Amino acid sequence: MKKRSLIPILYIAFLMLPIYWLVAMSFKTTNEILSGFSLFPQTFTLDNYKVIFTDPSWYWGYINSIIYVSLNTVISVAVALPAAYAFSRYRFLGDKQLFFWLLTNRMAPAAVFALPFFQLYSSVGLFDTHLAVALAHCLFNIPLAVWILEGFMGGVPKELDETAYVDGYSFPRFFVTIFLPTIKAGVGVAAFFCFMFSWVELLLAKTLTAVQAKPIAAEMTKTASSAGYELGLLAAAGTLTIIPGAIVIYFVRNYIAKGFALGRV
Amino acid sequence: MKTENPKAWFFVLPVLLLVAFNALVPIMTVVNYSVQETFGNNVFFWQGLDWFEQILRSERFHAALGRQFLFTFLILIIEVPLGVIIALSMPRKGMWVPVCLVLMALPMLIPWNVVGAMWNIFTLPNIGLLGYFLNDVLGISYDMTQDPFAAWVTIITMDVWHWTSLVVLLSYAGLVSIPDAYYQAAKIDGASPWKVFRYIQLPKMKTVLTIAILLRFMDSFNIYTEPFVLTGGGPGNSTTLLSIDLVKIALGQFDLGPAAAMSLIYFAITLLVSWLFYTLMTKDDGQ
Repeated sequence: MKKRSLIPILYIAFLMLPIYWLVAMSFKTTNEILSGFSLFPQTFTLDNYKVIFTDPSWYWGYINSIIYVSLNTVISVAVALPAAYAFSRYRFLGDKQLFFWLLTNRMAPAAVFALPFFQLYSSVGLFDTHLAVALAHCLFNIPLAVWILEGFMGGVPKELDETAYVDGYSFPRFFVTIFLPTIKAGVGVAAFFCFMFSWVELLLAKTLTAVQAKPIAAEMTKTASSAGYELGLLAAAGTLTIIPGAIVIYFVRNYIAKGFALGRV
Repeated sequence: MKTENPKAWFFVLPVLLLVAFNALVPIMTVVNYSVQETFGNNVFFWQGLDWFEQILRSERFHAALGRQFLFTFLILIIEVPLGVIIALSMPRKGMWVPVCLVLMALPMLIPWNVVGAMWNIFTLPNIGLLGYFLNDVLGISYDMTQDPFAAWVTIITMDVWHWTSLVVLLSYAGLVSIPDAYYQAAKIDGASPWKVFRYIQLPKMKTVLTIAILLRFMDSFNIYTEPFVLTGGGPGNSTTLLSIDLVKIALGQFDLGPAAAMSLIYFAITLLVSWLFYTLMTKDDGQ
């Protein structure tokens, strides 16, 4: 039993090494980084973080990312809820085909869509807005949210719905006051996945924005190439992008095992 | 039992409209480009299926496709068994479980280009932790900007670092759903650990493993940002995977026709292989 727990420990150590290195670099001066190897920061500095928190183009990158990611999560979960309910409770013309078609959108390489997306969102006047990125990310997040929520809803016995109708509940009132609280773990997990995939995606987010809604991740690529090779700054910006994800995982930590099974186990 | 209800379409309508807007319009744009030639100024000429023929015959496409299949194959045969082994050796309950799960999920929540940048500074020769360790401590010459083999090892290791946790978490979710009584019964029967795995744990993990393999296939086959940031497709073309090549053609050379034809072929291959995986893995259910 003791020997077996060595495997997860080694694995987690492997996962933490590159992250440690990123964090350690973010506290070093560029001079120290380029002058040679040091396991710990020799001259501990917060200058890299100071640059990010005082330069608007840097901190607005974070705000932009958080705005479109939140917007996307709300839209995806809100429209996926009724659809998942329909898939889990009713049969209707073309339901299976529709469900499969939704999933195929998860398979489309983002690189395929980059250019047409740019043209589409430019032509409807949404280019360089938070809404454009939020809507574009719906392409892969809505199918995923429908899939997860349908799994969780399938686990709720149909008698719950029927009893509520007998008791005289209207559908909207039943859905909001009885059904939603029952599947709140599912809603949390679906929101977590939408947040995750929208937060980590860059290709579409970068293609659809120029200045006003530019995500933090794109800000990093720009500065890394124009201002020479400021590794310390790059590392600090990278470290800060890990924090929102870490906070979100902390909130769903108890549902995470079940959520990754998409409610279907 | 589900009831027949045509009005359910109204429930699905918002999803349908949003996804159709995002999927149908761009895909039709791509189809449109794929059969035409343009010399700029929005003047287009009918080209028929010439671009498709050109791409399917081009050695450059074959090479990128070959690299893509090799990459995805290596990812699947490393990440899936490794993920299952880690999940099997995790404690089933206790205070360490949430800690392990949170730490394991962390790499998946890092933006993809940050993952690339992070591995870049991790592997820099003489400066990065791994680069320093290999070159200066172990004396192995390692520089992925020069050596294609080192570049491959690095992108594979990066992906294993990034995504093995998905397999771990999914398998783990399958494992914790097995009631204790099953294990007790196996113990009474004197079943070996292998038999417990083969006849109790593996069948319970099957659904989630199907999801894991499908997701890992789709995502590794479509991978773009991480290897692009880490190696830029180099040295030479040695790590130019399909997406990287596609973006080079579409945005670098602005050859819209060939790029569009290549997109459609690429998408069709992804769909076909996903469907094959799906039918093969769910076929055994009947037995």
